[in-house]
Amino acid sequence: MKERSVYFDNNATTRVAPEVLEEMLPFFKERYGNPSSMYNFGGDVHRDLDRARERMAALLNCHPTEVVFTSCGSESDNHAIRGLVDAYPEKGHVITTKVEHPAVKNQVPYLRRKGLQVTELGVDTRGNLDLDDLRGAITADTLLISVILANNETGVMSPLAEICRVAKERGVFVHTDAVQAVGKVPLDMQKLPVDLLSFSGHKFHAPKGIGGLFIRRGLKIRPFIIGGHQERSRRGGTESMPLIVGIGRAAELVGGKLEDENTRVRALRDKLESGILSKIQDTEVNGNPDKRVPNTTNIGIHFIEGEALLLAMDKHGICASTGSACASGSLQPSHVLRAMGVPFTSIHGSVRFSLSTYNTEEEVDYVLEVLPGIVDHLRDLSPFHSMADVEAFGA
Amino acid sequence: MWDYTKKVMEHYENPRNVGSIEDADAVGEVGSIVCGDALKLTLKIDDGKIKDAKFKTFGCGSAIAAASALTEMIKGKSLEEAAKITNQDIADYLGGLPTEKMHCSVMGQEALEAAIADFKGIKLQAHEEDEGEVVCKCFGVTDTKIKRVALANNLHTVEDITNYTKAGGGCGACIPRIEDLLEEVWRGETEKRTAGTRLTTVQKIKKIEEVLNEEVRPILKRDGGDVELVDLADNRVVVRMMGMCRGCMASDLTLKGLVQDKLRELIDPTLEVVEDERA
Repeated sequence: MKERSVYFDNNATTRVAPEVLEEMLPFFKERYGNPSSMYNFGGDVHRDLDRARERMAALLNCHPTEVVFTSCGSESDNHAIRGLVDAYPEKGHVITTKVEHPAVKNQVPYLRRKGLQVTELGVDTRGNLDLDDLRGAITADTLLISVILANNETGVMSPLAEICRVAKERGVFVHTDAVQAVGKVPLDMQKLPVDLLSFSGHKFHAPKGIGGLFIRRGLKIRPFIIGGHQERSRRGGTESMPLIVGIGRAAELVGGKLEDENTRVRALRDKLESGILSKIQDTEVNGNPDKRVPNTTNIGIHFIEGEALLLAMDKHGICASTGSACASGSLQPSHVLRAMGVPFTSIHGSVRFSLSTYNTEEEVDYVLEVLPGIVDHLRDLSPFHSMADVEAFGA
Repeated sequence: MWDYTKKVMEHYENPRNVGSIEDADAVGEVGSIVCGDALKLTLKIDDGKIKDAKFKTFGCGSAIAAASALTEMIKGKSLEEAAKITNQDIADYLGGLPTEKMHCSVMGQEALEAAIADFKGIKLQAHEEDEGEVVCKCFGVTDTKIKRVALANNLHTVEDITNYTKAGGGCGACIPRIEDLLEEVWRGETEKRTAGTRLTTVQKIKKIEEVLNEEVRPILKRDGGDVELVDLADNRVVVRMMGMCRGCMASDLTLKGLVQDKLRELIDPTLEVVEDERA
């Protein structure tokens, strides 16, 4: 049955752009020199390192020295939070939210063990953060607020400019996990007074294994990986030149496609979303539809379970993901959807579709053609078709 | 992606006996949509035999496959035969389930149990599940269920319990309690086992000598060491380490890791081996 493949899981990872791979290849082959070496072997690879940094800086509109390359978004998040906490041992309070990526969320127990207080702010049913909650949480002891910029599950964007304003008034630093935002929406570090911003290459058509952290000039922060003088002593470890060249090229490419993302990809996402809502009963969008990155939609399909749905979609070559417990092995559904209070009749049946510039309208049409039948089939199997069924069950 | 067997995928893709028997003689409903999986089993029973079985499942691929397999397994069986089906039987029928998905087979077994009880007019689930103390509040799992599943599937770790019952898989607050329950279950089992084969002191001494001679000394002698039995008081075995074993820095390890382990394995798991203090 599987004669084609429709990849709608770009928040999980993206394909490497062919242009990116092409620029990387020489650094796997003849140009294998270490950028720290004193000779000119391989043609001054350190110049390629500088150029990649400049390209990344251009995407964020920041100074190249403010870009530190890391191995992934998770490392960047750890670097940001632990590096700042270590630099300010006199401060004892950190604020974050209940909808963070695990790379931030799972640092909370670590911080608490270290003796810090951590406040995790909730969100409303559409995934929005309340700025008054933030104001109320800040104390004289607060060092940092770390907030996800674009939620990986729902695509909902935090009001980062306002968060920065509130934080700056009280002398609190701001870190944002922007892994799902970089390459999808324009970001300008000259205008957005955030102190630290994490990003990851494989979410915007660079390979896996390369990420980075924007560190605003003048910020006091300790290194996370202690080692040599690389990355101006902020991140030890010999630079992975092929990957760094790759993320540089990808940054340049994606910078030129932000308009396409905001118009064409957005239109595809919207068509997919409204198509599903109109063709399949008992469905709804999880997350504020007006404040999202253009490529993501998270749809709750009531009375079916997500893993069964993904398996069936996979048979038709459609790739997406779910917040259902069964797919992850964690037994509990997505913490993000739970924080939003998504009803239990649809939380297990939530599906995330995340598009990219490589997707086409024809693919959207195909999914809209196939999905209703899959849902019908699973609903036929299910003992639940209404709240009344749920209430009567086992009684 | 889960590593499902071909048979699991086959049953997931072509589930057998989907539906709900209108005039069913027995209905078993277990699980809940809140927890993420639920199963409704309906049976047609005639002359003590299961003539027909149908199911409806809300759940993942393996939950659907387990329910489908269950209906195939029980059709045509007498109630007595069907009642003997364990969750492991369901998993085996499917060529195995990923450990994390074993709870799907447990759900199948419980639905069958509930249906049979329903037929007999007993409120069985009430006696099995509900009357215990709720240990895992996230998934509503009782101590009775945890103990029963641990015994039936020979589970010894909290992780196993979570895979089979979901208990402990939510907030994790009940994990210490599950640890206690496991200890309780297996201590009880050990006592039962040893009670059945209680040896007299003389028999025990003879057995110990036998194990020392056959299993332990040959190993120690290779390194120029030896051991002899000095005394036995209840389950306290006093031995003397000899030859190269005397004063060896690793004699502690030898004593517990070799001598005691062998004696526990082959005679009685409650035996404790200590070194003769007069030595």
